[in-house]
Amino acid sequence: MEVPILKQGEILIATVQAALTDSDLLQLRRSLVEKVAKARARAIIIDLTAMDVMDSFASRTMREVAHMIRLRGAETVIVGIQPDVAFAMVQLGLTMGGVTTALDLEEGLEYLHRKFRTIL
Amino acid sequence: MSSNTVVENTLGVVENEICVSIVADQDVVAARQKGRAMALELGFSASDSTLLATAISELARNIVSYAGRGEIVLRSNQNSGRPGVTVVARDHGPGIPSIEQALRDGYSTSGSLGLGLPGVRRLVDDFEISSEVGRGTTVTVRKWKG
Repeated sequence: MEVPILKQGEILIATVQAALTDSDLLQLRRSLVEKVAKARARAIIIDLTAMDVMDSFASRTMREVAHMIRLRGAETVIVGIQPDVAFAMVQLGLTMGGVTTALDLEEGLEYLHRKFRTIL
Repeated sequence: MSSNTVVENTLGVVENEICVSIVADQDVVAARQKGRAMALELGFSASDSTLLATAISELARNIVSYAGRGEIVLRSNQNSGRPGVTVVARDHGPGIPSIEQALRDGYSTSGSLGLGLPGVRRLVDDFEISSEVGRGTTVTVRKWKG
């Protein structure tokens, strides 16, 4: 299950369409880290609305994406984590460790637009 | 790959049993999706079904990363009218030398975060583990309808 990555201005948007396997998650990580420079993007948004479960592997991979993207000079916003999924993550003892999150794609975009405007 | 059987137990309660063999990472997703479906069918809330699916995901991944292969058995059961799902995660891998240590938060031998088993325990109602070095590990968890 490949995750489509769209470019909107200076932002890359990856929208997860269905449950991802571990290899899908690693593939997504690889594509984002590669594409962020190619697209000269300043930020990426990962929309996890369709993710059925965020277990330890998925959470760790998302944190790693954010750290790698940071090292590539851009920012990551994770959006769309569903309430039940968030509840299970907390019970499992998982955190997103300093990764920026937003309610949904709209909020994520708004956050980034606001931030870039302030910088410029 | 999975098999589906309906078992009539001694109490006459019909139980549904699904066995998912776990060999690759797509089986992890299949197992948790079947577990969620079973829970929802029994009338579990979406939230409890997600907790169960998350626990199954962790258990199935442990099989893939530590043992290479194994199976997840999902069983629906009734306890004096209260529905529940039992998950048995079984492998014939290397086993766990110290269960006590493995159940402590922050312990791992595969370079993962080590939140696996203690975390899984928090997601479910009953948790049992038996493991023998060189012979394998069986983790049995159960979640009752809230």
